[in-house]
Amino acid sequence: MTGYTEGLENYKKKIAAITSQEMVINMGPQHPSTHGVLRLELITDGEVVREIIPHLGYLHRCFDKHAESMNYGKAIPFTDRLDYLSSMNNSHAFVMGVERMLKIEDKLPKRVEYIRVLVCELNRIASHLIAIGTYGIDIGAFTPFMWCFRDREHIMNMLEWASGSRMLYNYIWVGGLFYDLPVGFEERCQEFVNYFKPKLVELDDLLSNNQIFISRTANIGALPADVAINYGCSGPMLRASGIRWDLRRVDGYSVYPELEFEIPVGKGEMGSLGDCWDRYKVRVDEVKESVKIIEQCLQRLQTDFKRKPDFDSRGLVPKKVNLKAQEYYIRAENPKGELGFHFVTQERTDVPRRVKARGPSFNNLSVLPELGKGQLIADLIAILGSIDIVLGEVDR
Amino acid sequence: MITKIRDLIVANIGEQAVVRIEEEHLQPILIVNAENLVEIAIFLRDTEGCYFDFLSNVSAVDYYPDNRFAVVYHLASIPYQTQFILKVEIENDRRLENLPAIPSVSAVWRTADWHEREAFDLMGIFFTGHPDLRRILLPDDWQGYPLRKDYEDAETYHGIAIK
Repeated sequence: MTGYTEGLENYKKKIAAITSQEMVINMGPQHPSTHGVLRLELITDGEVVREIIPHLGYLHRCFDKHAESMNYGKAIPFTDRLDYLSSMNNSHAFVMGVERMLKIEDKLPKRVEYIRVLVCELNRIASHLIAIGTYGIDIGAFTPFMWCFRDREHIMNMLEWASGSRMLYNYIWVGGLFYDLPVGFEERCQEFVNYFKPKLVELDDLLSNNQIFISRTANIGALPADVAINYGCSGPMLRASGIRWDLRRVDGYSVYPELEFEIPVGKGEMGSLGDCWDRYKVRVDEVKESVKIIEQCLQRLQTDFKRKPDFDSRGLVPKKVNLKAQEYYIRAENPKGELGFHFVTQERTDVPRRVKARGPSFNNLSVLPELGKGQLIADLIAILGSIDIVLGEVDR
Repeated sequence: MITKIRDLIVANIGEQAVVRIEEEHLQPILIVNAENLVEIAIFLRDTEGCYFDFLSNVSAVDYYPDNRFAVVYHLASIPYQTQFILKVEIENDRRLENLPAIPSVSAVWRTADWHEREAFDLMGIFFTGHPDLRRILLPDDWQGYPLRKDYEDAETYHGIAIK
């Protein structure tokens, strides 16, 4: 009887002897879902990613070296180009660091501080809108992308009106601002807020609660809080893992202590805590909080700190930044996380010895090899999109 | 706060671990001995009253014309909402065959992994015990360490004139 099953035995042996083979796949540097020029070397086994080796540096523009070869004021346009989607926030952090070393931080007029916070929060919304829109497109939803860019365009136009530039503003200066807000800015900004609030409800209907979107993002790439902290993740990445850590509250810089806003954190509503959906949702909620902050700023800019003819937005701008030799590390909450500048100054010159920029995307990206291990390649796209990196800041 | 932490380190790790405190800055800095760095890092991360679980930044500084380098670690504690700065100084003769060597803290805070690679890449600091110390921003075959103050640009790169 043995001979009758021989065919079946042979077939079973053949199937059992199949070996799987690891393969190297290059994702990027021109892959659209990497949001810039990032190359990921994936070691895959079929559809499953075994290991991720990121290769950076395609957009390295030597920020540190540039900043060390010119004075502080001249370096501000370079900070705009770090995270080019939130230039205002970058220059705000840099300028605050220099002002604290100069000890003029407390002397700044309140109007200047409120305008800074106003433009920073506008820029935060613009940056998050890009994160949300491009995340949709990574996963296959095209409409939210168009809608987000449509709304972002209004912010770009307003900031262009104030600073003269669409994306890279050089608006916040050491000791003040480039100019006061243009006449009528507050009213137009209020109009934008009134227009924008219903759009956020629409966005929730369109994307946040969309079943296809939830299926692609919930339970994918869950980042536990301890891993997030150990890898230095900050901003929405860290908050999505359930940690209420926002430097606007922790450090209370500028006029943020006078403003009321919540710090949204991930709750694991659709799946596990700290998954892609949570990271997305934290950004959506932060946009809503930013709208609140903008309304409060507008209200105060039109009452207590109204436009006055004798107001000089450059009143405290120093002719030369004279500092004694010292070190200072300034950190501030950017849309992407903690942006830090480490200054080492030197005596008798207004050129710093060392300026190191600590970009939030650089640290947030470093957790990707940990997050993506064992995931499908398609899910890796979802994870990478939810980190929301800007390569200008990763490579500096 | 800094004297309290200094005393804690002296009591638990030893007198030789702490070099000095610099208090003339806006944020005081604790300068420690490179040999005890990893011990101190684990101590600061895990001890009650410190819990510096978040490493914000690692930056390398060149004190040219002195033959001296420093690596600065900016720590933050999420439970206590405090900040702390550690610094390690090292003398070096600036020869490219003899890089200044400092123990890696990437096993304590994973943040240090990429930051140390960056410091190695741009400033030429060798972190002993780092799991994957390669250049990170510049190409793998780059010569020299551009953030050093005595760095001179190469004339050519792969036969292409770049000046």
